[in-house]
Amino acid sequence: MNHLPLIIKREYLSKVKNKAFIIMTILSPLIFIALISVVAYLSQVNNDKVRVISILDESGQVQDAFESSNNITYTKLNGMSLKDAKSLVNETSGYGLLHIQDKEDIEGLSKAIKFYSKESPSLSVISKLENQIEDKLTLMNYDIVGIDVDEIEASKVYVNIFQENFSGETSSKTDSIIKLIFGGAAGYLLFMFIIIYGNMIMRSIIEEKTSRIIEVIVSSVKPVQLMLGKIIGTSLAGLTQFGIWIVLGSILLVVVSAIFGIDMAQMQTPQQAVIQQAMENPEVNSQIQDIMQGFFNLPLTNLILAFIFFFISGYLLYSSLYAAIGAAVDNETDTQQFMLPIIMPLILAVYIGIFTVIEDPHGTVSSVFSFIPLTSPVVMLMRIPFGVPIWQQLLSLGLLIATFVFTVWFAAKIYRVGILMYGKKPTYKELLKWIKY
Amino acid sequence: MDNLLEVKGASKKFGDFTALNNVSITVPKGSIYGLLGPNGAGKTTLIRIINQITLPDTGDVFLDGEPLKPSHIKDIGYLPEERGLYKSMKVGEQALYLAQLKGLSKSVAKERLKYWFDRLEIGDWWNKKIQELSKGMAQKIQFVVTVLHEPKLLIFDEPFSGFDPINANLIKDEILRLRENGATVIFSTHRMESVEELCDDIGLIHKSNKILDGKILDVKRAYKTNTFEVGIKTSDMMGLKIDLESKFNTAPASFKSLNDELKLNIKLSKSQNSNDLLNYLITKGDVSHFVELIPSVNDIFIQTVTENNLQ
Repeated sequence: MNHLPLIIKREYLSKVKNKAFIIMTILSPLIFIALISVVAYLSQVNNDKVRVISILDESGQVQDAFESSNNITYTKLNGMSLKDAKSLVNETSGYGLLHIQDKEDIEGLSKAIKFYSKESPSLSVISKLENQIEDKLTLMNYDIVGIDVDEIEASKVYVNIFQENFSGETSSKTDSIIKLIFGGAAGYLLFMFIIIYGNMIMRSIIEEKTSRIIEVIVSSVKPVQLMLGKIIGTSLAGLTQFGIWIVLGSILLVVVSAIFGIDMAQMQTPQQAVIQQAMENPEVNSQIQDIMQGFFNLPLTNLILAFIFFFISGYLLYSSLYAAIGAAVDNETDTQQFMLPIIMPLILAVYIGIFTVIEDPHGTVSSVFSFIPLTSPVVMLMRIPFGVPIWQQLLSLGLLIATFVFTVWFAAKIYRVGILMYGKKPTYKELLKWIKY
Repeated sequence: MDNLLEVKGASKKFGDFTALNNVSITVPKGSIYGLLGPNGAGKTTLIRIINQITLPDTGDVFLDGEPLKPSHIKDIGYLPEERGLYKSMKVGEQALYLAQLKGLSKSVAKERLKYWFDRLEIGDWWNKKIQELSKGMAQKIQFVVTVLHEPKLLIFDEPFSGFDPINANLIKDEILRLRENGATVIFSTHRMESVEELCDDIGLIHKSNKILDGKILDVKRAYKTNTFEVGIKTSDMMGLKIDLESKFNTAPASFKSLNDELKLNIKLSKSQNSNDLLNYLITKGDVSHFVELIPSVNDIFIQTVTENNLQ
């Protein structure tokens, strides 16, 4: 008798109908969006504030360099003593006072600049001031030496190295970044999925033990069927939750940005602003094409297939281990001693993915770990966008599936004995003994 | 076939520990079989082997003449000692699920559940969760789930634990009714009075060996000691006592009676019979009490287990 569909259905429904599960499913995207909104709102508030900076330029040479912007207004103070200027700024509660002493040469000027303020000023304001002064002083220097600025601009050259492998596929630097993002996202997703839903499987098996229903069930169903049913049912519930998160998250993101009128462009960090400015240049415009190009250059079919297979096998491999742990212990506190051997290879895989695959996707370390079954799902998923020969992928997948079959067998053994053992905390030695029962 | 279940030479080891050592039992069709034994004797292991939860290392099990196979699961109903239900699942859903695992279709399961729920007057629990019910209520549901698929063989491990006397009686009557309808019952318990009351056959397992089995009456016959409990009224109690001690094997007895009388347990030797004793006693005084001592299951249990421990 095959009861697998029945068990999967019960496991799925009992997870999905669970109140905590429903609340988490709905609340998580809300919390996520709320966080983003708060950050966006705060940075907007910060940006809206106009800072008034007074400039007391005794040399009279630098003050034209400052152009007021949305956030900063410059007011020039002339013919005042430093002391008067300071007290004036303080009384009118201006943001600060930039004082430039009068010096003979540019070298002297560059060292005779001071910023006075009530509180310590923001880093971005200071660097903005510095940049403007530097530009101005540099221009003045050019002038003194007699260099034509226009000529310098005209003689600047931008370089973009084109990459091509020996079989004629072209790629570029942006390609590598895209590959990295895709690989990293896939690997990290698997990692998160294993941690969250592996734990859920473990807890649901412990629950079955503590509620003492297990013996009733195994008198009707083979333990292996029950275990597989639990793993598959919980995973489907997990996929449902993930799906809802993605859909709900995107909808909320759109709605929230529409309602609050948060312009995503305003959430920029300074770096993004630079990129945006740069995009207006024709040179960088070609980079957008590069990104599109890079996306379509990815081995998409391979990527999707590999993602599906490695994701499923890797996840099942780990979840069967989680199931074995759940069967071996009586309560959650006892799981700690067995968790470490599972978590270690997972974390190792992610670290290798981040530090090694990025640096050298086909180096020894990344290659080796993309074959070792416990780390291969994560590492291989990160490597594949960089182009891994099919035979390597198949070999790695074969090893993974063989190990998966082995761990399911192993877990089933532990499971079969463990679910009927109550009241004692097993050691590793006892677990090995159980296999022989 | 007269026997519904035959276990032949079942052995099971867990590592170095022998849980069952060459145990054979036969359970006649339509009987109630009491599986007895001290804690940790191996009863649960035997029951798990019959339920195909554990596989025996050696030995065979036959159900209704056929070697045990996976499809027999639907012919057996098992109420384990360690039992429980999914706490956060509704009663009705849960019962349906467990019934379907035993191979019933959803519609049939629903129909029978309705019948049983009405019968045990628990119909209004259908939409309650187990965690809202008391222990006894949950046990009732568990009982229903065990018998719902109308199995040929029912195995109850301590079925009355958690029940108040009224409900225990109710369940006892249901078990007897199921037997009348053709089911065979294996009954494992430490309550000897219910064994005495319900069982036709018993098997006693001790330290992973079967040390005793058979029809309960045969077992009692084998264990009776030809001892009679005697009460006799006479004017010379001391004289009669000394007289009887010289002729028979006697021991002081105690039983409740309204009279002030000589109370003795008299054990007859093989050459003596009860009529001789009675005739002799009649000549000595008024016999107010004359009963053959039949060993209770409790006595047999304690006696055999203690003897085995001494060996």
